[in-house]
Amino acid sequence: MTSKINVQDKSLLPTLLKKQKDSPFNFLSEDDVNSIAKELKLSRSRVYSTASFYSEISLSPRGKHIIRVCCNAPCENAGKEAIREAITKELGIEIDETTEDKLFTLESVNCLGACFMSPAMRIDDEIYGNLTPEETVKILNTYKKEHVDE
Amino acid sequence: MNNSAQNDKYVFNFNFDEYLDIETYKQRGGFSALESALKEEQDNVIKKIKQSGLKGRGGAAFPSGIKLEMVNRAEGAEKYIICNADEGEPGTFKDRFIMTHIPYQLLEGITIAAYAAGAEKGFLYIRHEYPKPRKRMEQAIKELEEAGYLGKNILGSNFSLELQIFSGAGSYLCGEETALLASIEGKKGRPQIKPPFPTQSGYKGFPTLIHNVETLTNIPKIIEKGPEWYTSLGTDDSHGTKLISLSGDVKNRGLYEVPFGTSFHEIIYEYGGGPLEGHTVKAVNIGGASGVLVPPDRLHVSLEYGTCAEEEITIGSGAVFVLDERRDILDNVHNRVRFFLHESCGKCTPCREGLRQANILLERFRNAEASYNDLEKLERYTRVMQDASFCGLGQAAGNSLKTSFHYYRDEYISKIRNEEPAEVIA
Repeated sequence: MTSKINVQDKSLLPTLLKKQKDSPFNFLSEDDVNSIAKELKLSRSRVYSTASFYSEISLSPRGKHIIRVCCNAPCENAGKEAIREAITKELGIEIDETTEDKLFTLESVNCLGACFMSPAMRIDDEIYGNLTPEETVKILNTYKKEHVDE
Repeated sequence: MNNSAQNDKYVFNFNFDEYLDIETYKQRGGFSALESALKEEQDNVIKKIKQSGLKGRGGAAFPSGIKLEMVNRAEGAEKYIICNADEGEPGTFKDRFIMTHIPYQLLEGITIAAYAAGAEKGFLYIRHEYPKPRKRMEQAIKELEEAGYLGKNILGSNFSLELQIFSGAGSYLCGEETALLASIEGKKGRPQIKPPFPTQSGYKGFPTLIHNVETLTNIPKIIEKGPEWYTSLGTDDSHGTKLISLSGDVKNRGLYEVPFGTSFHEIIYEYGGGPLEGHTVKAVNIGGASGVLVPPDRLHVSLEYGTCAEEEITIGSGAVFVLDERRDILDNVHNRVRFFLHESCGKCTPCREGLRQANILLERFRNAEASYNDLEKLERYTRVMQDASFCGLGQAAGNSLKTSFHYYRDEYISKIRNEEPAEVIA
């Protein structure tokens, strides 16, 4: 089989993820997409097509910390909705919303592979399990405090 | 959790209090399989894996030795190996534990498989939701390169393997091998038509061996202790052990290494300690979101590829999720449908539209606004989805629906409000 794939393609997804990580608002702007397209010599539509497919890539601005609550069956049965409500009450945001101070974005995620400690959530690179609403609020406060201390 | 001792009856021998380091791994015989494999003909290594009867542990259960041989025999200027660590099946966490606790056994397995297949370059595709396992694997790869177990001229041989980590970006479908390849190539993670199979034409059109984390982690033990040892574990039908991710309403949730032949009843009641105090098992979901719902009176079935196929139980990735009498089957099925609706790539109509309609119909049932006509429609759409979807996602999405119609039909009937035909669905 002949292959139409050029060498740069391998780096498209890693480039998108890296650029997003470097963004203070955890997202890819139109300018980012344009510059990646130029850098990798791909069409903008190709870059958009890939960027818009993956759940972990956002095309709109997000907060500094991203809270991902697992919405799959093991976590749902273990009380995920109460965890989600506690976060919404504490931060005043629903799923896919960002706090006004741009500190947190709340998202739902399909399985964190942490079903042995459901309900679970992920904040940035940390995973928290066996959550209760009270525990969840305490965890959120450590992130808030860290921000105040900075 | 169990299996802490270094026991000859197990392949993984997890000790969950221990995060193995490279020295301890070596002291326990680590890398001796790689050393001996590199001194053998590739065909001999393939022969041993074929004799062991090892099958793909990601879900498809394809004979691993045959896949290995296919890549070895395929024509190609280059060959690749990809370790699939895109563990996306809800309820599954075995690969996470392998990568955090015994990363060296996995890497040794990848290297032996790469040698046998003739692949000198490869990727470890790790899902984005696993940042810590990813860091652990990055570190382990570096250590192995420094110690000469990976990289150029491994252990002084002519064999080299350049292994890179590739991070996913949040797509369940990328666990499917052709979608995974598309993802590495920078495209949307959509499945491609097969044939050609990746063993013939995979990454950049070159022959590519794609194996799951658990499958590859078996290989060092098969080489070290021999295929006869491996076939002595489990049953005549299914050799070795299986990692079971046990979750839901049981006393001891967690990861268990279970010999084939163990019944699902034993998995739940002996390994898992049974249902929570004062509760009873209502249903067990086996095989994750793409698996089936099984009622308690069928838990005597044993974990074996042949038996499970006959009984229409999907072993899949080995996820076992227990629901007790407090749980609503329709809630569970609806959760699965929402999951697949989100993860469907939209390429084919039966999956994309079937799931959208199933979502609407299940909402109607859950609001107790459904009719008999709706049940008939939901069953029909499920059949179409299972029969006509392009890839395994749409085909498997119907499993929990189908088994819920069969075993828990009463729960649908109890939600039917009237017998008038429903209005046309928008």
